[in-house]
Amino acid sequence: MYRILKREQLNASLVRMEIEAPLAARKALAGQFVILRADERGERIPLTIADFDRERGTVSVIFQIVGGATMALAQRREGECVADVVGPLGNPTEVEGLTNVAVIGGGVGCAIAYPVAKRLHAMGARVTAIAGFRTGDLVILQREFAEVADRLILTTDDGSLGEKGNVCVPLNRLLEAGERFDAVFTVGPLPMMKYVAEATRPYRLKTIASMNPIMIDGTGMCGCCRLTVGGEMKFACVDGPDFDAHLIDFGEAMGRLRTYSAFENMARERHCNLFQKEVK
Amino acid sequence: MQNVNMTEKRHTMPARDPSERCSNFCEVMLGYDEETAISEARRCLNCKARPCMEGCPVGVMIPDFLALVAEGKFEEAYEVVRRTNALPAVSGRVCPQETQCEGRCVRGKRGDPVGIGYIERFIADRHMQKNDCIPRKTISNGHKVAVVGSGPAGLSCAGELAELGYEVTVFEALHLAGGVLVYGIPEFRLPKEIVRRETEELRACGVEIVTNAVVGRSFSVEELMKEYGFEAVFLGTGAGLPRFMGIPGENARGVFSANEYLTRINLMKAYEEGAETPLFPARKVAVVGGGNVAMDAARCARRMGAEVTVVYRRSAAELPARREEVVHAEEEGVRFRFLCNPTEVLTDGENAAIGLCCVEMTLGEPDASGRRRPKPKTGSEFTLEADCVIMALGTSPNPLLGRTTDGLQTGPHGEIGADGAGRTSLEGVFAGGDAVTGSATVILAMGAGRRAAKAIDEYIRRQACHSEPRRGE
Repeated sequence: MYRILKREQLNASLVRMEIEAPLAARKALAGQFVILRADERGERIPLTIADFDRERGTVSVIFQIVGGATMALAQRREGECVADVVGPLGNPTEVEGLTNVAVIGGGVGCAIAYPVAKRLHAMGARVTAIAGFRTGDLVILQREFAEVADRLILTTDDGSLGEKGNVCVPLNRLLEAGERFDAVFTVGPLPMMKYVAEATRPYRLKTIASMNPIMIDGTGMCGCCRLTVGGEMKFACVDGPDFDAHLIDFGEAMGRLRTYSAFENMARERHCNLFQKEVK
Repeated sequence: MQNVNMTEKRHTMPARDPSERCSNFCEVMLGYDEETAISEARRCLNCKARPCMEGCPVGVMIPDFLALVAEGKFEEAYEVVRRTNALPAVSGRVCPQETQCEGRCVRGKRGDPVGIGYIERFIADRHMQKNDCIPRKTISNGHKVAVVGSGPAGLSCAGELAELGYEVTVFEALHLAGGVLVYGIPEFRLPKEIVRRETEELRACGVEIVTNAVVGRSFSVEELMKEYGFEAVFLGTGAGLPRFMGIPGENARGVFSANEYLTRINLMKAYEEGAETPLFPARKVAVVGGGNVAMDAARCARRMGAEVTVVYRRSAAELPARREEVVHAEEEGVRFRFLCNPTEVLTDGENAAIGLCCVEMTLGEPDASGRRRPKPKTGSEFTLEADCVIMALGTSPNPLLGRTTDGLQTGPHGEIGADGAGRTSLEGVFAGGDAVTGSATVILAMGAGRRAAKAIDEYIRRQACHSEPRRGE
């Protein structure tokens, strides 16, 4: 069984869980993901591995409550089990040979950016972490990033914490000041990753985006996670999830991500109503 | 021996009414009763040549089991089938009998061939209902074999090996065993309870099935052999990445691979009220392709309340789907546009599909597959309104193992290289099913699994000869 050893509410809509999943933990590397189901009727939820502990046989995931499935998962308490965890899936982030890297996370994407920053730091690379959020209340992993980053820049859209503006503001400043990164790694909302790609394009700076499209099996069967990269069809589960950000068709990816948004809203409301009934 | 039933017509199998089944996922075909099964089995002439068996990819001893059914010895008949076929309730439902056993039946020369598939289904279902199976766990021979993938190839290989006394562990990446039988083939054609019971039957034979285990990620093939002590590995990883046409608009919102559409419905039960997995709310669906998968997708979409058109580039005569599926699809109101081929998915300003641009085709000379090659008719372009397009064009084998297994030779499309017995380029590693051939049928995969099991048995015996004597002998 896949027992939840630790559950932590990071902010109003983000939850971290450390779950027993020895098969996933034994080979997990930064950049890979697991697929998780809360219960027998549950949806398969792809979640990037935020951390892992091979000895304890656990993986940690951080997820945002988006629809019914993530809401059901968020209700699980410490000591309870989830029905399924499978992984590690996808290819690990390629970090070999990098010495000076900007790791840029946006919102829940910071959960994915963190293990990459941690790995780079462990390899002795110089890490500049830029973590962006909408507002100060939503900031997560600040302490963790500070531990692994040589330089941590926090941004919020409303300026309530750190620098005001989005992640591209400090990124542009650093690039204009002549900072020589070997690579930029970015993960977060699609529009943010698109802007990061546009910011680094004039510098021909290698920029890797971690994509998180809709998935079902996660092993190269359903074709749901397809993207256009450099004019070719790629599948995030087996070809990615990391791709050259300068080649990704972000517009198309944004369209595909909206496929089930109406359903998700409905499912969330249904769950909320159930909650209210229970409270009464 | 009973008298032969010389009626030229076969017994039809009762089916659910098309108007009723359009709105639910209940099984369409309702099965024979005992009397009908006996009467149909008596139509077998028990001819010497046994052409039916040549048509069977797993070599079921057809006249023998039919003779037992004719005598009312159903459980004995089941045992005969089960000897070479690990999943009789499945194959009885999904085999293309018309091109295999029944296609070669002597009775088919004048009248209908014997309803072999229907009878096979009857005895398998009866066995399950009566549940009078004897626990058939064979004494272990002390040798361990790993099977990767729990689809028809893997289960068939595992069943065969367990029967021979091997300790078999099946690794399945999904949360449920059965592979395409659970994610691909819909409930109304193959109830999932049947698949569950067939896999239970294998478990009762001592086969261990580990779900949520991805070989190629959690462990490599090499680790299975060196660290976990499996002496041989069978790779039955099945259908992989869906094929697309490479036409504009194919990544628009509302365009799905049949794999995705069917997985949402079958594995994730998206058609059930309150299911957490969403399904795209389509009004007009165009399904591209003419195989069983295309029929399954079309019939699922009908049940979800959409108007459905199947677009196929050849004519009705070339449809590769089982005859019965095509008839059922037509009865359920699926429309067919033969001899036309999509050229573009039309989209609105928001990148959502709104139609399918097609061109009419004519049939030219036969191609490598023996079917007449379709050619576009110039100036015949037309548009089909569709807010959902489902591509059912087959799959390329799963790329995961080829990419993560050193020394495993693969073909140009990522298919695992294997000979007729399933031997790959790596010693002790065998493969079969769609992972080797690309999209094919359940029964061909089962046949490949069975042949590989024989080869694995030979391989391990030979290895054992060179080292210690086998236990349990």
